[in-house]
Amino acid sequence: MKFKLNLSSIFSQLLLLFFVILWITPTFGLLISSFRDKDQLAISGWWTSLINTEVSEIHRTKGKNEQSKENEVYFIRGNLFKEDKGKKILSFGVTSKNINAYMVGEKAVLKDKSEIVVFENGDYEWRSENEFKKKKGRRIFITAKSPPSFTLDNYKEVLFEAGLGQAFLNTIAVALPATLIPLIICSFFAYSLTWMNFFGRDILLATIIASLVVPLQMSLIPILTIYNDLGALFNIEAKSFPGIWMAHTGFGLASTTFLLWNFMKSLPNEMLEAAKVDGASHYDTFVRIVIPLSIPAFASIFILQFLWVWNDLLVGLVFLDKHPSEIILTAKLKELLGSYGENWEILTTGAFISMTVPLFIFFSLQRFFIRGLVAGSVKG
Amino acid sequence: MSFFSLISTVIVGVLFFIIYFGLSNFILDLVCKFKSNSVALENSVRAIIFIAPAFLVLFMFILYPVFETVRLSFYDKFGREFVGWNNYLWALNDPNFRRSILNNLGWLLIVPTLSTFFGLVIANLTDKIWWGTIAKSIIFMPMAISFVGAGVIWKFIYDYRGTGDQQIGLLNAIVVSLGMEPQAWLTISIWNNLFLMAIMIWIQTGLALVIFSAALRGIPNETLEAARIDGASEFRIFWSIIIPFLERTILVIWTIITILVLKVFDIIYAMTNGEWQTEVLANLMYDWMFRGGGDSGRGSVLAFCIMIGVIPILVWNLYRHRQEQKNEI
Repeated sequence: MKFKLNLSSIFSQLLLLFFVILWITPTFGLLISSFRDKDQLAISGWWTSLINTEVSEIHRTKGKNEQSKENEVYFIRGNLFKEDKGKKILSFGVTSKNINAYMVGEKAVLKDKSEIVVFENGDYEWRSENEFKKKKGRRIFITAKSPPSFTLDNYKEVLFEAGLGQAFLNTIAVALPATLIPLIICSFFAYSLTWMNFFGRDILLATIIASLVVPLQMSLIPILTIYNDLGALFNIEAKSFPGIWMAHTGFGLASTTFLLWNFMKSLPNEMLEAAKVDGASHYDTFVRIVIPLSIPAFASIFILQFLWVWNDLLVGLVFLDKHPSEIILTAKLKELLGSYGENWEILTTGAFISMTVPLFIFFSLQRFFIRGLVAGSVKG
Repeated sequence: MSFFSLISTVIVGVLFFIIYFGLSNFILDLVCKFKSNSVALENSVRAIIFIAPAFLVLFMFILYPVFETVRLSFYDKFGREFVGWNNYLWALNDPNFRRSILNNLGWLLIVPTLSTFFGLVIANLTDKIWWGTIAKSIIFMPMAISFVGAGVIWKFIYDYRGTGDQQIGLLNAIVVSLGMEPQAWLTISIWNNLFLMAIMIWIQTGLALVIFSAALRGIPNETLEAARIDGASEFRIFWSIIIPFLERTILVIWTIITILVLKVFDIIYAMTNGEWQTEVLANLMYDWMFRGGGDSGRGSVLAFCIMIGVIPILVWNLYRHRQEQKNEI
C-alpha cells in the first residue's frame, strides 16, 4: 500500500515536471535567443548556445613578411583567432582532406620539411630550416570548442535604433490613463449601484452584466465613425491618445464596475449607516470609508486592466496611428514580425522588451493578479 | 512626442476626471449649505454626478454601438444606403467567411476543452506536491504575455528551414533528429489551425489552473479523507468527488475561454494573417474594416456573427444574476 502511494507520488511529480518543462521552454528559448549573437541566431538553434559546441573553422597563418630568424632557423608565430572568444582548439589539420589529422600540441610535418604546432588557445609556431617564400600564409583547419557567448548588443540596437524605446513610452502613455480613468469613474459608479437608491438601478446593473460579454468588435466601426466625424468637425486628429483612453475605458467599464460592485456589496453595512447618521454625505462616505477599504480590490482591478491594455493589439491598431510617435509596442512588434521576418535579433529582443513590464507586475504582484482573476471568474 | 509632453498629457487626462468628481461634489455641498431643506434633491443630484460619466461612456462605447452595428449591417459600405440582406448573402457565399466560421467552430471546440482539461489536471498535481507553487507560477506566466509576444515566441518553435540546413525551430529540430523531414508547419492547411490553437491553450491553461486551484481548496478535507479510508483510488476520487464539486467552476472557466476564443484576433493576425486557411471572424472583420477604404456593412455583419456566439452566454449570465438577486432578498 505504501509502495503504491509512493509510486503514484513519483508519477505525479514526473507528470508535473513534464508540464512545467513543456510550458517554460518556449519563453526560455526566446530569452536565450534575445541575448545571442545575431549571426549565430540565424543559423543555429538557441539550445546549441547553452552547451560548448564544436565548430570547424579555417584560418590562415601569417606570410613571409612576418617571419623571424633565430639561430639559423626561421619562425612564423602568431594566433589564429582574430579576437579571443574563449574558443579551445581540440585538433587541427593542414589539408582539407584531413582536417583533424593532428591533436593540439602535436607537430605537423609539411612537405617542405617545415613543422607547424598549434596550441589550445590558437597560438601557433611554424618552424623551418629554410626561409619562408610565400607571401600568403598557410591554411590551417581547426576543430574547436566554442563556449556559450551572450551579448547585450541586440538590446542596444532595438531600444535606440529600431524605435522600440519610443513605442515603449507610447504604451505607457496609453496604458496608465486607460487603467486609471475607468478605475476612477467606475468606483463612483459601483458605489452608487451598491449604496444609492435611484430609479432604474436594477436595469442598469443588468445592463452592466450583459455588457460584460459583448465583444468589442461590436463597437469598433461605430466608434471609429464617431471619432472620424469629431475629428473632421473640430479639425483635429481622429486618432489620438485621449481617444484610445476613452475607448479602453469603454471596453473595460463593464468588468471594472462589476468587480467593484461585487466587492463593495460585501462591505459592512453598519459602517456606512453610521457615517450617514453622523451626517456624512455620500461623497464623504465614499472618499473616507469606501476607498480605503477597497484598496485591495483596486489593486487587483488595476493589474487586470493594466495588463489587458498593455497587451492589447486590436484597439491600438484601430484607434492609433502607425506613426512612430503613436505606435504601441504590440503593433510595433507585429510590424517587425512582417518586415524584419529574418532579423531574428530585433524580433526576439523586441518581444522580450514588450514583456518586461507584464512579467515584472506578474512576479511582484502575482497574489493580487490571481485574486482579481478568481473574483472576475464569477462573471461569465 | 517627447517624453515630457507624453507625461503631461497623461497627467492632464487623469486629473480631469479627479477634478470633475471633486469639484462637482464640492459645489453641491456648497449649494446645500445654503438650501439645506431638500435632502432628496441633494441625493438625486449627487447620484447623477456619480453615475453620469460612467453611464455616458457605457452608452457611447457599448450600448449605442451595439445597435448601430446591427443597423449598419443592413447598409452599404459607407453606411448610407439600405441594402437589405445583401451583406448577409454576400457572407454566405464568401469562401473566406465559410472558412472562418468553420475555423472558429474548431477553435471553440478545442481550445476551451483542452485548456480546461490541462488546467484541471495540473491544478490537482500541484495541490499535492511541495514545489507545486513554483510549477503553478511557471505555467501561469504566459497569461501575463501579450498574444503578439506569444506569437513571436512560438514563431521560434515553428520556424522552418529547408531540408539539409540546420533547423532553428525547436519543433523541426526534434522532427529532424527523429529522422523525419522538416515541415513548414504554419502552411499545412487545416493542421496549421491546431498549431495556432496550441498557442492559445498554452496561454489560457494558466487561467484555468489558478481558478481551479482556488476552487480545490474549497473541497472539505473530511470528504476526501473519508473516501480514502473507504479505499477509493485517487482516480476514483478525482472523478466522483472532485469533478462534481468543481462542476460550476468548470462551466465558468469554459465560458470565459469561449468568449476569448470567439474574439481571437491577435494570434492569427500576427502569425498568418488568415493565410493558408487559418482565417477567423475577428481577423476577417479587421480586414474588411480597412480593405479598400473600409466596408462598414460587411464588417458589421462579421462583428454581429461574433455577437451571436456570445448571446447564449449573455442570457445565461442574466438569468443567473436574477436568481442571485432573488436569493439575496
